[in-house]
Amino acid sequence: MAQVAVDVLPAAPARPATRRGAGRGDAIFAGLCRAAAVLVLVLLGAIIVELFLGGLPAFRAFGAAFLASTEWDPVGDLYGAGVPIYGTLVTAVLALLLAVPVAFGIAFFLTELAPAWMRGPVGTAIELLAAVPSIIFGMWGFFVIVPLMAGTVQPAIIDTLGEAPLIGDFFAGPPFGTGLFTAALILAIMVLPFIAATMRDVFLQVPGVFKESAYGLGATRWEVMRRVVLPYTRVSVVGGIMLGLGRALGETMAVTFVIGNANRIATSLFGPGNTIASLVALEFGESASGSLKLASLLALGFILFVISFAVLALSRWLLRARTGA
Amino acid sequence: MPATTIPSVPGRAKDPRAAAALGRRRARVDTAIRLLCTAATLLGLLFLVSILATLVWKGAGGLSLRVFTDVTKPPGSGGGLLNPIVGSLIQVVLATLLGTPIGLLVGTYLAEYAGNSRFGTTVRFVSDVLLSAPSILIGLFVYQFLVLPFGGFSGWAGVVALAIIVVPVVVRTTEDMLRLLPNTLREAVIGLGAPKWKMIVLVCWRAATSGILTGVLLAVARIAGETAPLLFTSLGNLNWSVNLAQPMSSLPITIYAYAGSPYEDWITLAWTGALVITLGVLGLNIVARAVLRARG
Repeated sequence: MAQVAVDVLPAAPARPATRRGAGRGDAIFAGLCRAAAVLVLVLLGAIIVELFLGGLPAFRAFGAAFLASTEWDPVGDLYGAGVPIYGTLVTAVLALLLAVPVAFGIAFFLTELAPAWMRGPVGTAIELLAAVPSIIFGMWGFFVIVPLMAGTVQPAIIDTLGEAPLIGDFFAGPPFGTGLFTAALILAIMVLPFIAATMRDVFLQVPGVFKESAYGLGATRWEVMRRVVLPYTRVSVVGGIMLGLGRALGETMAVTFVIGNANRIATSLFGPGNTIASLVALEFGESASGSLKLASLLALGFILFVISFAVLALSRWLLRARTGA
Repeated sequence: MPATTIPSVPGRAKDPRAAAALGRRRARVDTAIRLLCTAATLLGLLFLVSILATLVWKGAGGLSLRVFTDVTKPPGSGGGLLNPIVGSLIQVVLATLLGTPIGLLVGTYLAEYAGNSRFGTTVRFVSDVLLSAPSILIGLFVYQFLVLPFGGFSGWAGVVALAIIVVPVVVRTTEDMLRLLPNTLREAVIGLGAPKWKMIVLVCWRAATSGILTGVLLAVARIAGETAPLLFTSLGNLNWSVNLAQPMSSLPITIYAYAGSPYEDWITLAWTGALVITLGVLGLNIVARAVLRARG
């Protein structure tokens, strides 16, 4: 039988020709796809190398002290990354503290509490918030949030928490309206939809049987969330929060409008400051090409890339642990 | 055996009054948290409404035909946003044309060729990281890579920066959409004797068209409002120019410059531009969702 089959197959004459043609087409197409995939890796490598090379003069001039120095003196041509790194970390972490509880509330509402007809439209509206361009958040923040902070919120907090022992210093000082806290608030609103959408998606992955079992035992909705859904999705929830952190670290335009643009470390959260991204955006126009200042800005870009790459990589790894095969 | 386990139930729950109190407490906690979560959702919606209301309030008054037909002029002499709008359209369209094919090929590679190979996993991971990477860094990179070596700011540099942002968005949706296709479809095509590339181009891409289109629309919406990468690449241009080798005007950069200016009419134009761009971006998002849903 086998002998017959082997004899018969080559007898069809057209077949080898089409096979070879198809093979070439396949090879070309697969090569194209593969080349595009390689390009993505090359792109990442090029970004890292170019930012590092651009910042190299600053790293050479100031050494490792660049990371900690709080100097930013264009007149004396002395630069350090301390102030913007501090501003970036403080605003991003504060933004998460503000955003995570609200994002969790939205995700809980959208997956367990809202009636079915409401979930689609409300979910879409929250996702649209994520689509609003960064610069619009900046203008809105400057026009709506800053006066609100200066006129109402900050005076109230300064009069109460500002007097408190130990933590008082964080909430002291004049109510400028702009500053680290306002920047964090805007960032919180901007990352809110990303975190909420990720949480909603992972909450929806919990098998219905698990929840039904808990409901069957008489658990309330909150108990099901607390004892069943959250433990099951814990890793992915942290991944979603990290995704928000990655976004908050690099946001530029919105922060630029409300940060107050000051290159010193303010003890008060209401004081003005700068983040890496806002400093680069604000100072770039006044930096001549080839100057040490421009190199310092590129060095700051490299530092921001390393920080946000680490955070985003962690986020992807955590999110993949659950969703990936 | 069963008789011995029953007394091990905590005493508190056996007391009917304590059990009822516990039940009431649990119900109260549940109600409080449900109210808080509903309030959180309302707060989220309030932000969106407040942003839209502010834009309409500040920007709608400046809306007129002049905005779309007149070029930018010095403060106090009227003027519109024609050159920023045209500049933005040119850069966004070219960036989409440049970024989409690359993203499409990468997404296809990940879905149809890579499987769970080490290389495929790495590319997927890097693309996902680039998806969320700060856009200002893309701008700085293109500045180092194209602007400095090739003699200055240009529309092309802006196009490349925006295209780099397009790629990972298209990669993600393309791969997701191709993975949703049933394997029986692929088996049927291969079973007819078609080569793999024909299966992908003629059948898989076509079956996933609406999904891929959604990704492209979302990418367009994303880059239309991007400001930070353009600061270092196409820079902005207050004069009429469609020359891509020169600095090029764009709507977000013009809004940024005008909003920070001390001139009343420029600030009004900035709000009008902000209204236009936001409506455009949100509209694109809604269309993208509708396209995806129409697939059924």
